[in-house]
Amino acid sequence: MDPGRHGRRGRIGRGWRILGRVAAVSAAGLALSGCTGILAPRGPVGGAERTILFDSIAIMLAIIVPTMIGTLAFAWWYRESNTKATYRPDWAYSGRIELVVWSVPLLTIIFLGGIAWVGSHDLDPAKPLASDKKPVVVQVVSLDWKWLFIYPEQHIATVNQLVIPVGTPVDFSLTSSSVWNSFFITQLGSMIYTMKGMTSRLNLQADHEGTYHGLSTHFSGDGFPDMQFETRAVSPDAFQAWVAEAQGGGGQGGGGQTLDDRLYRDLTKQSVADAPKTYHAVADGLFERVVSGKLPPGPGPNAPTGGTPPDVTPKGGTM
Amino acid sequence: MLGKLSLSALPLDQPIPLIAGAAVVVVLLGVIGWIVFAGHLPYLWKEWITSVDHKRIGVMYVVLGLVMLIRGFSDVVLMRSQQAVAYKSPGFLPPEHYDQIFTAHGTIMIFFGAMPFIIGLMNFVVPLQLGVRDVAFPTLNSVSFWLTATGALLVNMSLVIGEFARTGWWPSPPLSEVTYSPGVGVDYYLWAIQIAGIGTLMSGINLTTTILKMRAPGMSYLRMPMFCWTALASNLLIVAAFPILTATLAMLTLDRYLGFHFFTDERGGNSMMFMNLFWAWGHPEVYILALPGYGVFSEVISTFSSKPLFAYRSMVAATMAILVLSFMVWLHHFFTMGPGGDVNGIFGVTSMIIAVPTGVKVFDWMFTMYGGRVRFTTPMLWSLGFVVTFVVGGATGVLLAVPPADFVLHNSLFLVAHFHNVMVSAVIFAGFAGYGYWFPKAFGFKLHEGWGKAAFWFSVTGFVAVFAPLYVVGLLGMTRRMQHYDVPEWRPWVLAASAGVIVMAIGVVCQIVQLVVSIRRREELRDVTGDPWDGRSLEWATASPPPAFNFAVLPEVHGEEAYWGVKQAARDQRRLREEPSYEAVEMPLNSATGVICAFFATLVGFAMIWHIWWMAGLGLLGAFATFVIFAWRDRVEYEIPAETVARFDRANRATRAEALASLRRRAA
Amino acid sequence: MSDATANAPIALRPRPDPNHLGHTGNREGSRAPGRGTGGPAPKRIVVGYGFWVFILSDIIMFAALFAAYAVLRGGTADGPSGRDIFDLDTVAIETGCLLLSSFVCGLATLALSARRALLFQAAMAGTFLLGAGFLALEMREFAGLLARGDGPDRSAFLSSFFTLVGCHGLHVAAGLLWLLTMMAQVLTKGFRADILRRTMCFALFWHALDIIWVAVFTIVYLMGVL
Repeated sequence: MDPGRHGRRGRIGRGWRILGRVAAVSAAGLALSGCTGILAPRGPVGGAERTILFDSIAIMLAIIVPTMIGTLAFAWWYRESNTKATYRPDWAYSGRIELVVWSVPLLTIIFLGGIAWVGSHDLDPAKPLASDKKPVVVQVVSLDWKWLFIYPEQHIATVNQLVIPVGTPVDFSLTSSSVWNSFFITQLGSMIYTMKGMTSRLNLQADHEGTYHGLSTHFSGDGFPDMQFETRAVSPDAFQAWVAEAQGGGGQGGGGQTLDDRLYRDLTKQSVADAPKTYHAVADGLFERVVSGKLPPGPGPNAPTGGTPPDVTPKGGTM
Repeated sequence: MLGKLSLSALPLDQPIPLIAGAAVVVVLLGVIGWIVFAGHLPYLWKEWITSVDHKRIGVMYVVLGLVMLIRGFSDVVLMRSQQAVAYKSPGFLPPEHYDQIFTAHGTIMIFFGAMPFIIGLMNFVVPLQLGVRDVAFPTLNSVSFWLTATGALLVNMSLVIGEFARTGWWPSPPLSEVTYSPGVGVDYYLWAIQIAGIGTLMSGINLTTTILKMRAPGMSYLRMPMFCWTALASNLLIVAAFPILTATLAMLTLDRYLGFHFFTDERGGNSMMFMNLFWAWGHPEVYILALPGYGVFSEVISTFSSKPLFAYRSMVAATMAILVLSFMVWLHHFFTMGPGGDVNGIFGVTSMIIAVPTGVKVFDWMFTMYGGRVRFTTPMLWSLGFVVTFVVGGATGVLLAVPPADFVLHNSLFLVAHFHNVMVSAVIFAGFAGYGYWFPKAFGFKLHEGWGKAAFWFSVTGFVAVFAPLYVVGLLGMTRRMQHYDVPEWRPWVLAASAGVIVMAIGVVCQIVQLVVSIRRREELRDVTGDPWDGRSLEWATASPPPAFNFAVLPEVHGEEAYWGVKQAARDQRRLREEPSYEAVEMPLNSATGVICAFFATLVGFAMIWHIWWMAGLGLLGAFATFVIFAWRDRVEYEIPAETVARFDRANRATRAEALASLRRRAA
Repeated sequence: MSDATANAPIALRPRPDPNHLGHTGNREGSRAPGRGTGGPAPKRIVVGYGFWVFILSDIIMFAALFAAYAVLRGGTADGPSGRDIFDLDTVAIETGCLLLSSFVCGLATLALSARRALLFQAAMAGTFLLGAGFLALEMREFAGLLARGDGPDRSAFLSSFFTLVGCHGLHVAAGLLWLLTMMAQVLTKGFRADILRRTMCFALFWHALDIIWVAVFTIVYLMGVL
């Protein structure tokens, strides 16, 4: 390569820095303006993940933008009609360029690989979060097509609504009653799959009060788009008050029902867009019985769906 | 008698599929009727349907691919318009239709759009580039094609008779098990893919054998054109990966039909195993499609830069590295299933490593243009469009390979945008680059440049307009496969993507118009030289379209870029090589084995889907009988006399001599 | 490109089959090993090679079934495990049948090379009988399990067992059908080049089934009982 190219490359580099700044500004703008999504995290997990995301994007942009510009520049400069460009019909190898060409992606990947390796350990969903507060335990069961949240220590359960205290780690154990789903609260970070017969673990924390959008990200059948739930992050005091209210038979959709095996079976039947519900008590070990298969899996579309009156005993009797 | 099949299988109560299905049936019957009554059937039968010529089969593969790409694109239009209107509303497609549409879109685009398109190009080009007369097993080639067509037929039948799967294009259990998907949809998927998969596997065996065992004298491995190398890698991957898919789908079939417990999660079954097996095929599949695409770009960029490919050996090494690495990354589909830090870390890194050889390729294409004389023809535009867009897809791919980033992006529209970004640019752009590049070879006239460029610009603009918003809305937390949604922040981006589809649709129309215009103006677009682009590999050494026997005499290869060397020598010495002595050529006879076999395969597939056991037995018997009859033939080849070969070659030499003379006139 | 290139004579060796399309069949002493030095390899090499590639792909399919078996082996769902249902004596006889049939199949190949029709037919018939004996024993084992209610729907372990062993059995059954077809072909058409190639492929297939069976025998039966 002729030495005259260096100056040109310097200019391209400057141009690129400006472009990078523009990209960063617009990304930040997007993050600030959006009050939803993973660019506006409200917890330590989501925050760390956004940082890794931005770092990786920056590293990748540093490679791909020059490549894009270089490709177009080469193509344009060496266009057939440009008499100023030198035609080198037999130039097809250069050891030095080869060295650069292999080392640039390799070094990038070594660097990013380090980020990936460290990140996947630090942010492993199963790893408990560092905190001086005792985590709130929540057991999650994905049903066709709604979410069941069991608070074993508070002995209450909810459907399609999750209430958590701010500043306290939440320790989730998750499983599915039928098909696969993936549990995700976009602004708190880290999704995790729910799978029948298996328990997955997830640790999250909300640092700010607010209502966050929760959803399933793994397609699970016709009712999938309605597998959404509200996550309300409230102050610890408000959380205690909410627990007390729920235990007393109140809360959203509360009716003083106890979630026992029979009611759980009714829940497993397919239904769409269920209103939030609160159970003032839960049978002990319900989650464990779901995981171990002692409670039957969701019956699928062949069972009568929805609207079953609670006093009807399902076929085969209770367990 | 008819198993589960009854009149209720027809969508008589659902207007959209009924009208769509009826329209397709009417058009199909119209085309068939026209073919029969206009007397084209004998021609079609003799020259195409029963042909075992790799060029004809390649063209038929590409036609099948193009038709199915349009079919898959019509699904896009439906999905994007549904999401445009389904904000806080159910839209116009109920979930049971919407779910079928996105499943069909994925299935059709991958198995019946991209695969036939790419396999068609390989079929057409590889024997020509290797300087031989046909693939290793010409009749098997025909069987492969017709089995692929059978799969496509079955998938499209589900539009009218019964339903298609509602599980997504990878039918993950337990959702795809009979408990949660009791209809025939998943069965349509299983049998269509299984039958087409057998065709693909046989095609892979065929091309692998062709490349490894049948090359022109002197064509050693390191003299093969880059496209042949990538085709070799792709077909080796087919041979190594497709059997896994066959086994996996067979297990799911047994679960559904005979109550086995492979993936049921009951009585010891394990749904996670399906995912592992499926992606052990699924990730190599990405490279099965992309590698030949890289090969097309290598040929196109080198030819239109009027230069050899930069760092050919490095490219070969990169290709083979991708081949090996593609089997070591499947676990990145499970980052969010909680496998733990070590597993995630390792597979995150292996997934990124694959970006190294891919990055090398991109840089080598760049340096191929350095010092060249770049001609901006339509295929070259597709290649440049590919490099510029593909690096974005590659970068987002590396991003998703960082497990903590995947924890928040998995299954989001960001992921959807990523894999469309890489697949569309590496496969579909490559397909259109190859289509424009080799079209004159196949038919003897070029495609219209103006319409081609219009198609390129609209498609690329539309492509960016669709997927840039999807990247953003993915970052806003929108997940894939939503039949409706209530989040206001997502709405503008979803609408923007829908608008992009309109631009893309204009591109599709331009592409069709280009073909029609080119056929109508074929005389002015005619290429008599057989070498319209000043090509470098052997396919340009013969006439366009090539005769059935491809080359009058198998070319002797003395270096890389076999045909470029011949041309250089001719230019230097101002004369062509001496005329060789011609001999008669034996070529394989046409055979209806492929199409008859496909007929019985359709019968078996349809019968199995609807549980019509006797018909399935009949179909299997018929297929066996077809093979026995094929094996009993006494004449398998016909002879093309030496005079015919000589007459062809002298005409071809005359055009080359004329081209040489005009070159000299121009120089003088 | 040097001048030598252009001046190099275009090599045209007078051959009975210049295009290697194989109408002369088994060409001894070809200068084309398929490595690109002498042009396309002879038909016999191409066919054999292609069939090998097919066998490799088939082995990969079996590898997937073996993997599934390995994963699901413990998934007995309180049903029988391998130790409860495998009868090693029967399996030993099955193995003997199949290995012997491979040997006899080898004899058939030798008879074919020597162009001795009667010996070929006899050896093929022997191969068939041994293969059919293997299949009969396997079907007896399956029927016994089904009769006891230990069918493939009993547990994931049994699902994978039936599938893996059954898939091998299906291959043997298809091989037997192919074998009969080859016997009929040689009977009616004689030792034609294409028929010789097909018989070679059949022999490859039959021996490959042996290899797979050895793996089945070891991994499923022996390790299942241990």
